[in-house]
Amino acid sequence: MAQGPVLKIEDLRSSIEGKEILKGLSLEIKGGEVHAIMGPNGTGKSTLASTLMGHPKYEVQGGSVTLNGEDVLEMGVDERALAGLFLAMQYPSEISGVTNADFLRSAINARRGEGNEISLIKFIRKMEEKMKELEMDPQFMHRYLNEGFSGGEKKRNEILQMMILEPSVVILDEIDSGLDIDALKIVAAGVNSMRAEDRAFLIITHYQRLLNYIKPDFVHVMMQGRIVKSGGPELAERLEAEGYDWVKEELGIEDETVGNEDKDDFVMPMNTAAPKFS
Amino acid sequence: MTTDTLVMETTSYASIAKAKQEPAWLSQFRAEAFALVSQLALPKLEKTRIDRWNLGGLGEYRQGKQAATAAELPGDLATLIGENPSPNLLVQHDSSVVYVRISPELEKQGVILKSLEQAAADHPELVQKHLMQAVKVNENRLTALHAALWNGGLFLYVPKNVVVEEPIQAIYYSESPASTFAPHVLIIADTNSSVTYVDNYLSASAEEPVLHNGAIEVFAKPGAQVRVATVHDLGKHVTDINNRRAVLENDARIEWIVGDLSFGNCVAETYSILNGNGSSSDMKVIAVGIGDQRMDYTTRAVHFGKASNSDMITRAVMRDEATAIINGITKIEHGATKADGQQTERVLMLSPKARGDANPILLIEEDDVKAGHAASVGQVNAEQVYYLMSRGISKAEAEKLIIYGFLYPVIEEIPLETLREQLSSLVERKIGR
Repeated sequence: MAQGPVLKIEDLRSSIEGKEILKGLSLEIKGGEVHAIMGPNGTGKSTLASTLMGHPKYEVQGGSVTLNGEDVLEMGVDERALAGLFLAMQYPSEISGVTNADFLRSAINARRGEGNEISLIKFIRKMEEKMKELEMDPQFMHRYLNEGFSGGEKKRNEILQMMILEPSVVILDEIDSGLDIDALKIVAAGVNSMRAEDRAFLIITHYQRLLNYIKPDFVHVMMQGRIVKSGGPELAERLEAEGYDWVKEELGIEDETVGNEDKDDFVMPMNTAAPKFS
Repeated sequence: MTTDTLVMETTSYASIAKAKQEPAWLSQFRAEAFALVSQLALPKLEKTRIDRWNLGGLGEYRQGKQAATAAELPGDLATLIGENPSPNLLVQHDSSVVYVRISPELEKQGVILKSLEQAAADHPELVQKHLMQAVKVNENRLTALHAALWNGGLFLYVPKNVVVEEPIQAIYYSESPASTFAPHVLIIADTNSSVTYVDNYLSASAEEPVLHNGAIEVFAKPGAQVRVATVHDLGKHVTDINNRRAVLENDARIEWIVGDLSFGNCVAETYSILNGNGSSSDMKVIAVGIGDQRMDYTTRAVHFGKASNSDMITRAVMRDEATAIINGITKIEHGATKADGQQTERVLMLSPKARGDANPILLIEEDDVKAGHAASVGQVNAEQVYYLMSRGISKAEAEKLIIYGFLYPVIEEIPLETLREQLSSLVERKIGR
């Protein structure tokens, strides 16, 4: 048996701008497993993703996250990535002047360390190969990072990064939003090609649609900032057929959202002065 | 103005006459300019207190040693020029031009490249007709001082219909703070000619202050195309004052590329006067400020000609406690119908104490025109840093990528590869930490 990663989340609580969004979430994900987190808008799904990656806007109030026994919450964002975490973001940043290729090379070399940089030819070959798999125009290599990309192009670009960086724990945050069915199939194929015993997936979505193409082993329903129900793939199918009301009824939940907000996605306006890291 | 500076100015001024024989008209020209110095005020700059700056360090005129070959130039210069000097190269060392070469082919076509001092003797009518006609002597104390004290300098004349393919290069090098350093660049591109001029301003390290009070004047006759690229890499002890100005006739075009990577305080104005119908001007300025540098940049385009076109872009990165005041002025005069003037100023600040002001100004006196501006001042976007870090890139590396990314779109537009590389490496040196 390959030694797969173990991501362990225990009683995680996290807030943004003083509002608590995650209210004690626990989940264990192991190599070879695909977990799906489903739930209506505003229930804290994206907050979970951002908190795991260490977005500076989110403050951890309590609980723990470990990856192979190491304390993830103590790590900086870059250290989490180097430890094996990868988050395909719902709203990837656009960075003018930095080409996709420059960016990816920097990311690869950050893993390989000084003196062991990837050769340009090897890099280009790898990038071309993966772009072909994702049916991306090779010109995207030379375009500025996500700048002027359509929603679907950005999502493919996230998957491209995942395929090139080969992380051990992959979190996909609403990777299906903004994708037409053909693009969805390509993205799903990319994800499926990466499924392995030494890799774990956490897929966040509020449509069951994606799960037709990426078969999860476990499905969790999130409401009010925690997981309220877990099951196998059949749970996703029932949610697709019947919606979420039966879950709310069963659990006596009236308002499934958290933090009194309409949506759980924090969107930073682009190209404005943003708060600094502490 | 203190008595000290006046004494200094007088000494500097007197040193020129003592050191060399100049044509009578030029001595007269200097004397008239010098008489104005004490009468004129310093330029009034928006939010930059130049009156509090140390504008000392004028030095005295000192004749430099001529170099027969590039290898004979002082160490730093010889290294910079390398083993294969450009066939069209002028080098100024402190107060005087010590090396000038022009390829025989260009000479045959009538192209003139020589020190402005030499040109004043050899081609008095051409020089007299243009010297300090774009930048006026009496604009302020500093322009008058420049007119009185300029030395060495470059004169470039491209005859009608001559297209110069190879760039004309110049290096201005300040080694000794005891020497006046005030080159004047005068470029005349005759009808339908075309030329690219690239220069570098450099200094040896020194403690004593130096004032570089320089000017570039470009006269582009009908249909002429001139490209001027100027890279400043002067030390902290040098206060850098620059007036760059082009006068464009019908269908003439100027492209300005300015890279300011000096370490001292700086005031610079890059200014195109679009007199001719169908004339056009393109300006790209990049600047990096660190430490406690104070920088004041103005890009200005004034349209008189119909269907004249201007575009100006300034991007500045400010680190530490550096301050940049960036002014963009587009003026479209009455009668300049169908003119189009666009400008963008952007400042990226890397620390809470760095400061940047972007002041876009549109002055439009005509109805049938297009004009636009965009300006932004901001810090490194934390969301972008997070995104890069989430792929394993360190915070320092992420910020570096974002800073390059900020300047790169301007650098990549520069049509000369060697210049792009030079600018990239200077930027890297200045902001690499």
